[in-house]
Amino acid sequence: MVPDHTIMSEDEVRTLLAHYNITTEQLPKIFHDDPAVKAINAKVDDVIRVVRISHTAGRAESYRLVIRRPKK
Amino acid sequence: MPSPKRIGKIEFGLLSPKEIREMSVRKIIWADTYDDDGFPYPQGLMDLNLGVIDPGLRCKTCDQKASECPGHFGHIELAKPVIHVGYTRLIRKLLRVSCRACGRLLLSLDELEKVFGTEDDLTGDQVSEKDIKKERICPHCGEQQLKINFEKPTTFSEVLVEEGKKVEHKLTPADIRARLEKIPDEDLVPLGINPKVARPEWTVLTVLPVPPVTMRPSIILENGQRSEDDLTHKLVDIIRINQRFKENQDAGAPQLIIEDLWELLQYHVTTYLDNEVAGCPPARHRSGRPLKTLSQRLKGKDGRFRGSLSGKRVNFSARTVISPDPNISVTEVGVPRAIANEMTIPVHVTPYNIDELKQMARNGPSRQTVNAPCGANYVIRPDNRRLRLADGNLDTVTDMIEPGWTVERQLRDGDVVLFNRQPSLHRMSIMAHRVKVVEGRTFRLNPAVCPPYNADFDGDEMNLHIPQTEEARAEAYILISVEENILSPRFGGPIIGGIHDHVSGIFMLTHGMRYFTKEEMLYLLRFTKIEHLPQKVKEENGVELWSNKQVFSQILPSELNMVFHASSCQNCETCKKELCERDAYVRIFDGKLESGTIDKKAIGAFDGQIVNRIIRQYGMRRAAEFIDDLTKLSIRAIMLDGFSFGIDDEDLSKTEYGQIEDVLKNATLDVERRIKIYEDGQLEPMPGRTVEETLEMQIMQVLGKARDLTGQIAGRHLGLTNSAVVMAVSGARGSMLNLTQMAGCIGQQSVRGERIVRGYDDRTLPHFRKGDRGSDAHGFIKHSYKGGLNPTEFFFHAIGGREGLVDTAVRTSQSGYLQRRMINALQDLKVAYDGTVRTTGGRIIQFQYGEDGTDPTKSAFGDPVDVKGIVESILKEEV
Ligand SMILES: [Mg+2]
Ligand SMILES: [Zn+2]
Ligand SMILES: [Zn+2]
Ligand SMILES: [Zn+2]
Repeated sequence: MVPDHTIMSEDEVRTLLAHYNITTEQLPKIFHDDPAVKAINAKVDDVIRVVRISHTAGRAESYRLVIRRPKK
Repeated sequence: MPSPKRIGKIEFGLLSPKEIREMSVRKIIWADTYDDDGFPYPQGLMDLNLGVIDPGLRCKTCDQKASECPGHFGHIELAKPVIHVGYTRLIRKLLRVSCRACGRLLLSLDELEKVFGTEDDLTGDQVSEKDIKKERICPHCGEQQLKINFEKPTTFSEVLVEEGKKVEHKLTPADIRARLEKIPDEDLVPLGINPKVARPEWTVLTVLPVPPVTMRPSIILENGQRSEDDLTHKLVDIIRINQRFKENQDAGAPQLIIEDLWELLQYHVTTYLDNEVAGCPPARHRSGRPLKTLSQRLKGKDGRFRGSLSGKRVNFSARTVISPDPNISVTEVGVPRAIANEMTIPVHVTPYNIDELKQMARNGPSRQTVNAPCGANYVIRPDNRRLRLADGNLDTVTDMIEPGWTVERQLRDGDVVLFNRQPSLHRMSIMAHRVKVVEGRTFRLNPAVCPPYNADFDGDEMNLHIPQTEEARAEAYILISVEENILSPRFGGPIIGGIHDHVSGIFMLTHGMRYFTKEEMLYLLRFTKIEHLPQKVKEENGVELWSNKQVFSQILPSELNMVFHASSCQNCETCKKELCERDAYVRIFDGKLESGTIDKKAIGAFDGQIVNRIIRQYGMRRAAEFIDDLTKLSIRAIMLDGFSFGIDDEDLSKTEYGQIEDVLKNATLDVERRIKIYEDGQLEPMPGRTVEETLEMQIMQVLGKARDLTGQIAGRHLGLTNSAVVMAVSGARGSMLNLTQMAGCIGQQSVRGERIVRGYDDRTLPHFRKGDRGSDAHGFIKHSYKGGLNPTEFFFHAIGGREGLVDTAVRTSQSGYLQRRMINALQDLKVAYDGTVRTTGGRIIQFQYGEDGTDPTKSAFGDPVDVKGIVESILKEEV
């Protein structure tokens, strides 16, 4: 049910940012206290690769930057 | 162009009394506006320091004229503080979470850390009212706290317990302000307040800003009297009361009078800020109309945000009722002459078009017939002066026209215009059409473009917009013309196609084998551009005959090859193909219809297999031509035979009525038998169901089957000679169920998918015995619409019908709200050149559009490639 989350290495992140010509700020975000983030023990500023089963493409990769959840 | 800047942060704060006084250019003390000579009073509400609105005067602050001075704020010193209505909830929260004696937050350091977290702890939330127990003791100074009551709109009180009785003690705004002042800066941070920009005591006003006169201009009525803006009226009230309050205070008036005046001042300031507060009678004009004060200027549909900023009214638009015209192209729109004469397009005069434009100017503004050449309404000189063309000055003005001038010519055939019907739910709700000037008072449109607009002709109105520049016209035509929008991005198929009579007509034309004489052929095909009739198929008694399939083939492109099953296909186990007795196996070979019936599946909006294939093979423009030909051919085809429906089309013969009665009688008996089994306790419940549920399901099943059976009996009698059957089979409108209900039996009425059970004790109506579980006591209608319902049946029918109406109403309002939210969230996203979906700031939303990068418009009903269609079109065989 829960899509596969993995922490990306620094090298991988560099290639990713170069490929899309972006900074980490332009990546989609995920809160540091998200259960999926806690499960893989990722820290703020890590980039996570999410692999989902997709209706259209079969398998779809997406990347998220871990950020601190702002106080409500 | 300035380079785009990124917004670092936005700060929300309160104006402090100091800031209000600093930005003020004048202290206002007089409630009067103008003196007898019409000159503003100094230190009055229209003081010349606050800006000028009267032409001729100069602003005393910035020395600019009326149109240039932006206006400047003044201020009123209030005799006593009053509460700002907009912050009552914040004030209530602050009073409840802070100590009444020392002003500290009512949490010990440990408790605070538990809720708010520490600096480097990432979790934690802001402190809310719920985190603090009621009537506790202050952890800092040990003061017993009291319950704070709040009464709308602006009254706060403390609850004291004296001698076992509860006594309410009112807090004045001054008391409240004093308590808010005591809250230390560092205790505000956990509450989500930045004390640098918003000290809580600033929510209680001691000084009131007076807005510049430019945002509350007075207007001069026809009789020369001045009429002041609502805001000015309200400010007059505030100053009057404030003045009286001060006088009474200085004179040492009794406490009771002071309290009354204080409350009155609070009322005026409250209604000045918001005239629609709960628990507060709105301030009214002398005429009885409620005043439009500050909050009312911003709120609601006509407010500043929704009315003036997100939505604006536009020029160069027209609106009228729509009506159908199958003889104009789907790409055209019929525009009434009256509208075409009024609306204009500016054309620059050059040496190349000067003769043409001069002729238009000479034609003037009153075009008399739709075929007359268009005229012009205005000419614009190079210095931007507009000259109106009228019957008297046509020649004089025309002779002055030179290159460099602009002529505003009237609308004429072929102009590109935008056509729109609300609600604009998808992009096909606004499409570019070509103008065709027509007589009459309504816009005309080809019925085949009704589906994208979701239009019908029961009084619908539509809007027309005229692009005013070459660029706008080119953009409209290339991007949003009807031809470009035949395919819908919603499902990747054609959304424009035959509807209603187009489908019935083409069905009747192409069904089975028919032969036409030369006259009939010419009647059917008169609109086409064909030069020769095709080869006749046979000759009978010296009369040349052509087949119906040949007629349809005339409008098909010549290299079209496809095989598919029509709407009327019953999905038989083994398809008999060309020998199908329903003629549902459609086969087109090199642009010739070899077999099969053309119906909704082939040419209908939303389905349109043939339309879809023509788009893929020949492009949108050819498809638009095909739809035009199709609408004309089908209308001629339906007129050849005639098509109508009357009450006697629902008649059956005696045999069928007898059979239907038998079926229904047996069903009723079967239901009674099952109820008997249940009542005897013999009924075996289905797994996971109670006995009652099992019985209900069985009854529903028996009655449903009986209804279907009556439909089959009726269907046996009603063949393709019946118009309703033709419409149902071809997919034009209605279904066999509708026919069943008209001729056979209406069947079970339901509420939430169950038989009707509501009503009185153990029964639906007093006409039945208590506990009756029979079919007719719970909404089974055994009559048909033709036969007529009995009173209880009629009542059950109304119950079932009402549920449908409520469902539709609820659904539309819910989906409308969802739509607005979605559009607001998604409106600025775009697909970048690298295939990512990004916001305007370059932030990525999707790494690949739709995860597979496929444009749904260009997909084949959702799939990236239509493999089957391509193979079939090359092999010319079904695969
Ligand atoms: Mg309508
Ligand atoms: Zn000024
Ligand atoms: Zn205290
Ligand atoms: Zn079939």
